[in-house]
Amino acid sequence: MAAPEFKIPEYREFPTVPALVPGAMAHSKPYIANEKVQEGIGLPAKLADDWQVTHDKAIGKFGELLGKYRSLKVFMDSCVHCGSCTDKCHYFIGTGDPKNMPVARQDLMRSVYRRYFTLPGKLFPKLVGARDLTKDVLDEWFSYFWQCSECRRCSVFCPYGIDTAEVTMAARHILDSVGYGQKYSNEILAKVNKIGNNLGLPGPALEDTLLGLEEDVKEETGVDVRYPLDVKGAEVLLVTPSADFFAEPHIESLIGYGKVFHAAGISWTLSSYASEAGNFGLFNGDYNMMRKVAMRIREQALELGVKRIVVGECGHAWRVAYAFWNTLIGLGNNGNDPYSVELQKQLDPRYKEPSHICEFTWDLIQQGRLKFDKEANDSRIITFHDSCNVARGSRMGDYPGGQFEIPRNIIKAVANKFVDMPSATIRETTFCCGGGGGVLTDDLIELRVKGAFPRMEALQHVVENNGVNFMATICAICKAQFSKVLPYYGFNMRLVGGVHQLVSTAIRLGDEQ
Amino acid sequence: MTLFFAILFYLAFVIFTVGLGYKIYDFARTPAPLSIPTTPAPTTTAGVTFRMAREVILFESLFKGNLWIWLFGWMFHMGLFLVLVRHLRYFVDPVWGWLAFIQPFGKYAGFMMAAGLAGLWARRFLVERIRYISTPSDHLMLAMLLGIGLTGLSMSFLSHTDIISVKAFFLGLMAFDIQPLPAHPALFIHLSLVALLMIIFPFSKLLHAPGVFFSPTRNQADNPREVRHLAPWAAQIEKS
Ligand code: HEM
Ligand code: HEM
Ligand code: SF4
Ligand code: SF4
Repeated sequence: MAAPEFKIPEYREFPTVPALVPGAMAHSKPYIANEKVQEGIGLPAKLADDWQVTHDKAIGKFGELLGKYRSLKVFMDSCVHCGSCTDKCHYFIGTGDPKNMPVARQDLMRSVYRRYFTLPGKLFPKLVGARDLTKDVLDEWFSYFWQCSECRRCSVFCPYGIDTAEVTMAARHILDSVGYGQKYSNEILAKVNKIGNNLGLPGPALEDTLLGLEEDVKEETGVDVRYPLDVKGAEVLLVTPSADFFAEPHIESLIGYGKVFHAAGISWTLSSYASEAGNFGLFNGDYNMMRKVAMRIREQALELGVKRIVVGECGHAWRVAYAFWNTLIGLGNNGNDPYSVELQKQLDPRYKEPSHICEFTWDLIQQGRLKFDKEANDSRIITFHDSCNVARGSRMGDYPGGQFEIPRNIIKAVANKFVDMPSATIRETTFCCGGGGGVLTDDLIELRVKGAFPRMEALQHVVENNGVNFMATICAICKAQFSKVLPYYGFNMRLVGGVHQLVSTAIRLGDEQ
Repeated sequence: MTLFFAILFYLAFVIFTVGLGYKIYDFARTPAPLSIPTTPAPTTTAGVTFRMAREVILFESLFKGNLWIWLFGWMFHMGLFLVLVRHLRYFVDPVWGWLAFIQPFGKYAGFMMAAGLAGLWARRFLVERIRYISTPSDHLMLAMLLGIGLTGLSMSFLSHTDIISVKAFFLGLMAFDIQPLPAHPALFIHLSLVALLMIIFPFSKLLHAPGVFFSPTRNQADNPREVRHLAPWAAQIEKS
């Protein structure tokens, strides 16, 4: 780790609301997507030379989105500046920059809304805080709408449920549409569209990796656990974030999924064409893009003839899968329009479609089809980090809040030592890892480190009081982000891992004598 | 003066009803293309109704977020609600039994309303974060409501006006038969500010009142795997 060029927030005995530090993060900007990347995903190559052109295009897009998204329209109109959300954002807590208060972030856009779309803003802009859209304003958008991880924590506390994530998505969509894209996210979208996954791993590389995994697992356990690719007629198609194929600690969870399928005797496959559960279309608020990325999964499900679709450990991917796949690609239950019926009559209606891997594993555990040696995890004192998109954007199981219970139930079924972090920092009020929503890039490292601060404080609490040495999570971005920022706070980067990594350690594969 | 107020109230009434009606229509016709309830969320419509009732009556999310704002905000709105109900007596004749019954309580609700407003306004000066996000219109809105409340209270407790005539004036307005309005400075201020409130309602943050019912993060049931949500413009994409 190179010495950081910024100050890392200091651990506090009693967390309080920070004092405002105006402009503290005004310098934070991600790299701009270059022309090739932009054009590759069908966006304007760059900002027009004539500002007026950009201005008109942006306002035009804004108007279009207001007509398409009730969320945006209602949220623009409804905020009363009550202040309930002001101290809820991890980026505000970590930086003190007032523009990282959710309402202030929204106001970057609301000020423009008022100027162009409301009467008082046209007549008395100063009075209602309205302003013209200038290049400076657009630059400010590019800075601060890339300082939001779309975690939805603010929306929990807003009396009208105003979700800054929706506002951020709209702003990014407008930025994209005038040729002001963010390099990291748009490069990823280009890769997934061309190759099938965010890392740009071609089919043969995947095959090699999976064969290697089979050898490793054989060596370690003596059992032939399979990691099948592109198998027609398999029962389950597993769609998982591509980081699971390569990155540490992600791959440990992939090993775990394979062991679960093996122990339960359920046939499954991965797909090289649809080798990505993640969907960065969400982060850019681009419906068409999100649909296009998801479409690969529909096509593969039909092509491979699978009966069930299971999604691996990834936060935003699970939100897209759980909440949006039915809408986007007709992948769900009870469809009655021709489009969704085509896929849904192939899928097994006894199961939730799609299912989360945790739902899948927990069902098997409840049916007594999996056995564990819990002691194998005894060297670990475990806590669980709720990932924001799972916690506030989705569900697992049959009842509200299942997304909190099921992963914890699995951990408790496979390990003996579990302890939760302080209650204000978990479940529905969980803090983001600091790297979600398309900011997981080195050009935003200062933001990422500072944004992780509230989670690091909560972790510090259980490390000191309970000796926690393993923070389990079910999100590829969380895993990557924590591996990177834990050392800044004096923790070992290996402190973070997956829930199925714990499963993998303790599961009995059944065919050892 | 009578004529001035008569015209003012007709005007205010038209702007208020047409403006607000249009805004509600506008909210209603704008599709919500994706399922985005803030979870954990109820999975049934009955559950959503219950969640919405808790938001509107108890300000549940605000309670989770900040106790001071909740306290002052809830005092203000409950006071406002009681005051408004009490005011119905100017517009119905004869006065319904239950409305007559609550009159004495409503009288003191005005104090609750004013105290809540004062508390909310104080926060706009005292709390750095809220000072930062406040615009001039936020202050004026509170000043206006406090002005309405204080002039009203002054009429209730200090210098009474002839409320029989006030009632006759408003019943007259409703029957297009204009009756004299009593000359009373506090009443003039009270009524002018009320008309102003009605006029700005459809163009301002006061839209939070209808807005809360249309907020997709609060009014959607959490059932995306069971029910396909498809906006008309999104269905169009499927056809192409
Ligand atoms: C469905 C009915 C309504 C609900 C659920 C509702 C809810 C709320 C909530 C939760 C707040 C934030 C907390 C606070 O600052 O008090 C608020 C603020 C406010 N409400 Fe309402 N409200 C409703 C109707 C109204 C009406 C009819 C008016 C106007 C006459 C009004 C005027 C205001 C004002 C001025 C504020 C901002 C207070 C400030 O500046 O701090 N509300 N409302
Ligand atoms: C056309 C509409 C209105 C008329 C004709 C009206 C008239 C009056 C009158 C005559 C009084 C004195 C009552 C008495 O002497 O006992 C009063 C009191 C009061 N008014 Fe209004 N008012 C109107 C609207 C409003 C509105 C919209 C609000 C709140 C935002 C409000 C808030 C109050 C308060 C707080 C009091 C004192 C407490 C009470 O007597 O209920 N008024 N109003
Ligand atoms: S969505 Fe999350 S990151 Fe964005 S403003 Fe709200 S709390 Fe902050
Ligand atoms: S909590 Fe909601 S209404 Fe209050 S300031 Fe924040 S966004 Fe606006």
